[in-house]
Amino acid sequence: MGVISYREALNQAMREEMERDADVFIMGEEVGYYNGAYKVTQGMLQRFSERRVVDAPIAEMGFAGVGVGAAMVGLRPIVEFMTFNFSLVAIDQIINNAAKIYQMSGGQFNVPIVFRGPGGPAVQVGSQHSQALESFYAHVPGLKVVMPATAYDAKGLLKMAIRDDNPVVFIEGETLYNTTWDVPTDEEHLIPLGQADVKREGKDVTLIAWSKMVWTCLDAAKALAEEGIEAEVVDPRTLRPLDVDTLAESVRKTGRCVVVEIGWPVAGFGAEVAYQMQKLCMDSLDAPIERVTSDDVPMPYAKNLEDEVQPQVKDVVAAVRRVLYLE
Amino acid sequence: MVGCVATASMSTPETKRIEADDDPQALETTAEELRPLYRQMLAIRRMEEASAKAYSQGKIGGFLHLIIGQEAVCVGATAALEAKDYVVATYREHGHAYAKGVAARPILAELYGKKTGLVKGLGGSMHLFDKSKNFLGGYGIVGGHVPIAAGAAFASKYRGDGAVTLCFFGEGASTIGGFAEGLALAALWKLPVVLICENNQYSMGTPLYRSLAVEDVSLRALAHGMARDRFDGDDVIKVKRRIGEAVERARTTSEPTLVEVVTYRFRGHSMSDPGLYRTKEEVEEWKRRDPLNRSRARLTELGLAESELEELEAEVKAEIEDAVKFAEDSPAADEYFPYVVKE
Repeated sequence: MGVISYREALNQAMREEMERDADVFIMGEEVGYYNGAYKVTQGMLQRFSERRVVDAPIAEMGFAGVGVGAAMVGLRPIVEFMTFNFSLVAIDQIINNAAKIYQMSGGQFNVPIVFRGPGGPAVQVGSQHSQALESFYAHVPGLKVVMPATAYDAKGLLKMAIRDDNPVVFIEGETLYNTTWDVPTDEEHLIPLGQADVKREGKDVTLIAWSKMVWTCLDAAKALAEEGIEAEVVDPRTLRPLDVDTLAESVRKTGRCVVVEIGWPVAGFGAEVAYQMQKLCMDSLDAPIERVTSDDVPMPYAKNLEDEVQPQVKDVVAAVRRVLYLE
Repeated sequence: MVGCVATASMSTPETKRIEADDDPQALETTAEELRPLYRQMLAIRRMEEASAKAYSQGKIGGFLHLIIGQEAVCVGATAALEAKDYVVATYREHGHAYAKGVAARPILAELYGKKTGLVKGLGGSMHLFDKSKNFLGGYGIVGGHVPIAAGAAFASKYRGDGAVTLCFFGEGASTIGGFAEGLALAALWKLPVVLICENNQYSMGTPLYRSLAVEDVSLRALAHGMARDRFDGDDVIKVKRRIGEAVERARTTSEPTLVEVVTYRFRGHSMSDPGLYRTKEEVEEWKRRDPLNRSRARLTELGLAESELEELEAEVKAEIEDAVKFAEDSPAADEYFPYVVKE
């Protein structure tokens, strides 16, 4: 074990998988000579050469599609989007091609590809560069959607995503790259996709959150503990497939549930989670399930407004107080 | 022979004229070479006609795009390939699949939505795929498959397997981003791909002059320093030779080529389109240039007896009748969950 950053964990995961399998390569804007816009691919060009660390021009639809075609004939591409905001111009490749080809071809061609990069709101970069798009991808059958919150999860999940035989949308927390965690150096540190993780145990309320919101919920749990309220924080880690069993087990135990997401409220993935929990845990619930989301607006630039739009610790605490009928 | 316009002529981006007829020397052929190509074209036409009939009887649903009139393009181009080479096509791809070696039975059964269909009734007319034939599929989003073809070619270059990818699309695709980005990356990374624009002169109901500022689609290659070629697609041997040059370039020097083949579809865009945007005279004029008639006449010149031609035609008729019966008699498609995610 060793304490490393989320960024370093991703870098290790890719290096280890590229050492292990000659069919794995990475392609994207600035991944090679620039060492990655967020330095996630630091040093990889020197290690693996231009053949396997491929700098692409600004053509997301083009290089995402090149990845899909290469995956159809047996390579295992990692396609990096500089940020997931730019995946929107490649979304035809992700939804109409990557997600559907296995089914459209009657099971003949699978598409083992990872689309990865930072997502979720960033800091003061305006509405086009600051948004959570996981709900778009989690909607689509044929895709897997992974959203690690910690360096430990980032490494184990990315290694597993690269080995998966299906298209995986792997959204990293844009503001999490410098966070640190104890991570095994073991090259077989693998976390199965579709396995939730209890990040903090508690008996009074279940907080379900992923990516950056896990950290917000852990902070909220600390604040609540001072009031004598013990919150359990459960991180699904992958939104599709979703480990409803682990989530439901926690909700049955606590009888109360708050789903926290940094995306917009309407048709957000949290609505699906809340639906699943009420269906599976109806007899155990002591209060209606609450959701905490960002406000229903494009992200403003000004720091004070940006903070106000996104879920803060105080918003989570308030929601917990509501499900506990404390206000 | 008028070959491709290579990068040396980039400074003079002139429309590449379509010759009225090539030097006959260049189109020398033999009955041995032409006979199987004529047979393929005829089988594709009979298969398309059978599909149209089944569609009108309500046995095939959805969209059905027929290639009648354009058969020489997919047959001639595919004839220039080796088995290891890949083909990526559009939603008008029954002929391309057949030319790449897929039998009429699973193609028609797929159109009928049957369990025995090429993709188990999950894809239909627009999404034929056959891994065993390196047929990488039919795609329904115009231009979205061009990067996929570049990707298959990227994999060939990555591995050094010597395979070439052919990508077919219509002239209507030349205005969309997927085409532009696929073309740009194929040129930048020198991928072994041949991009074949089947210019049938109408993108659905819109003639070329109302969708593109120039009449020559192959001009798009010049911006990327990419080799290009442009010719008419009436003669299957000409298609085979000219695509063959581009395939050779891709295989030996890993350079892509944009090839525009001018052709014509005799039917509407799809079954629901009566084609009212074209005059009868125009359609009749193109029907006089029918690639099948041309090849048949050539076979006669080359010494094939009428009785031999009739025998071949009877054989094709029986093949397609058998495929229709197979499709009719096959059980309905019955599963879809196993193919969403590979376990």
